[in-house]
Amino acid sequence: MDVLVCVKRVPITGGRITLTPDEQDIDTRYLGFTVSPHEECAVEEAVRLVEAHGGSSTVLTLGPEAAEEQLRDGLALGADRAVLLETDGEWDAAGTAAAIAQVVRDHSDAGVVYDLLLFGNESADAGGYQVGVRVAHALDLPCVTGVKHLEILNGTAAARREGPGGFEIYELALPAVITVKEGINLPRYPSIPGRLRAKKASVERIRPERPAPGLEKVRLRLPQGRDKQAEMLGDGAAGAERAVEVFRQIGVMPP
Amino acid sequence: MIVGLVEHDGGVASELSLQMLTLGRRLAERIGFPLTALLVGADARPAVDGLAAYGVSAVQLAVENRLDEYAPGAWAACVADLIARDRPRAVLAAGSDRGNEVMAHVGARTGLPVAANCTEVEPGDPYEVTRVRWGGSLLEEARLHGDVKLLTVAPHAVQAEEGPAAGGFSVEEFSPALQEKDFRVKVARREERAAGKVSLSEARVVVGGGRGVGSPEGFRPLEELAELLGGVVGCSRVVTSLGWRPHTDQVGQTGVRIAPDLYVACGISGAIQHMVGAKGAKRILVVNTDPQAPILAHADYAIIGDVQEVVPALVSAIKQAKAR
Repeated sequence: MDVLVCVKRVPITGGRITLTPDEQDIDTRYLGFTVSPHEECAVEEAVRLVEAHGGSSTVLTLGPEAAEEQLRDGLALGADRAVLLETDGEWDAAGTAAAIAQVVRDHSDAGVVYDLLLFGNESADAGGYQVGVRVAHALDLPCVTGVKHLEILNGTAAARREGPGGFEIYELALPAVITVKEGINLPRYPSIPGRLRAKKASVERIRPERPAPGLEKVRLRLPQGRDKQAEMLGDGAAGAERAVEVFRQIGVMPP
Repeated sequence: MIVGLVEHDGGVASELSLQMLTLGRRLAERIGFPLTALLVGADARPAVDGLAAYGVSAVQLAVENRLDEYAPGAWAACVADLIARDRPRAVLAAGSDRGNEVMAHVGARTGLPVAANCTEVEPGDPYEVTRVRWGGSLLEEARLHGDVKLLTVAPHAVQAEEGPAAGGFSVEEFSPALQEKDFRVKVARREERAAGKVSLSEARVVVGGGRGVGSPEGFRPLEELAELLGGVVGCSRVVTSLGWRPHTDQVGQTGVRIAPDLYVACGISGAIQHMVGAKGAKRILVVNTDPQAPILAHADYAIIGDVQEVVPALVSAIKQAKAR
């Protein structure tokens, strides 16, 4: 089976977010980058499916030139091919989905017909919750979101996700779009040979035209600061006595 | 009119839907339009009457045999049907898994943009919305375009509040135009969650461990502390990535959101990804060797020291106190 997995480059924010002076972006001068957590699992799932069923996996991202780093991370984990939709600035969900759908159509015309398109349920940064669904509609494919367990058998997908009071199971025929959540698997670490292969692999580059955004970012701002001044209960084991008093005071231990 | 898509659980409107209706009512009042609630499926009927108190003046209930189980495409078709028929100014849903999913389908079907997880909405053309990014650690001010404004309301951005409706209260059932294709994705079956154990999201006390716990075995004293306080153990993302604990224990943006009376955070630095999940905690006690760790900015209490020294000391202090 042939699998396309779509990822997004996001900063590793650590403990505190700082904005650029124009309030358009997170100040990333001192930050590293990764892909959103759900998508790390989407890549792992794609690689596992290809290991089990044969075929190939392609990792795709829409983002700046530097997002090639995240594609090479995907290749290092075992993806076979990589596609970079190179853009300047942020795209909204509708524009992103349209560009991805076009790649799928073009690849199909060139003979690579994807059985499965994998996405993360939502990106860690923008959190629009809609790129996968919009791609599914553009290509007239069925779509299940938020999947935490996926089985493929004879061209059919059984997808399980959390729902009200338990789990919902969906069954659908491939080709299909599935968006996954972290927890569906535990992503592997890249191997040294994987890293070397990824370094040498070629990346297909496309420069799509940015459509006018329907959801237009004006500025970012940080929520009102609520930094607390912690009460120090003591150093090391010496803090335990005072902690017990606090537990009683706040009612988690009987007085 | 303004339309609010209401979710329900066993015939009772969900808390997040009531929050959404509260924001929807304020929006409707400002632009002088009535608020209509849309519910899907005959099993939503019992949820209808209670909506009048939240300022809903009309209920549209989509009824059809095939709407017996949740099908995101069919729910979106019901919304799209109502949009085509009544041309509302805006359609709102809760920023729940389901609300965000259905509105994504509605946006894709209609070609309209969707603003997910809004905290504030200023009407006009375009709408000016504030929405959450990074699970609420960052806010985005944005312009939402489109003939019909589609948006979801971030959980707990607004408190559900009753309020008066514009005009009376009418209930109408309609049979939406649905195609076979709208049911390609439909719940085939359900599994109950295993009962018994206190769930992380509902626990009154959570003892969380991060990299500073040191190893999978290092969680033993944390387990003991949790048990003594009638709580459960959670962990940070790095711990699940290392394979020390299952993902179901993970507190964070991509894990479980907790809301205990007390969160004891042991050896956790306080990455945004983690703190998003712990935001609902009433009080946080931090155990950390680093007095400069970012998590201290979220702490009510702190003990500076090594987890493997402090947590066993907490365990024995509690045991002594209980024996007294």
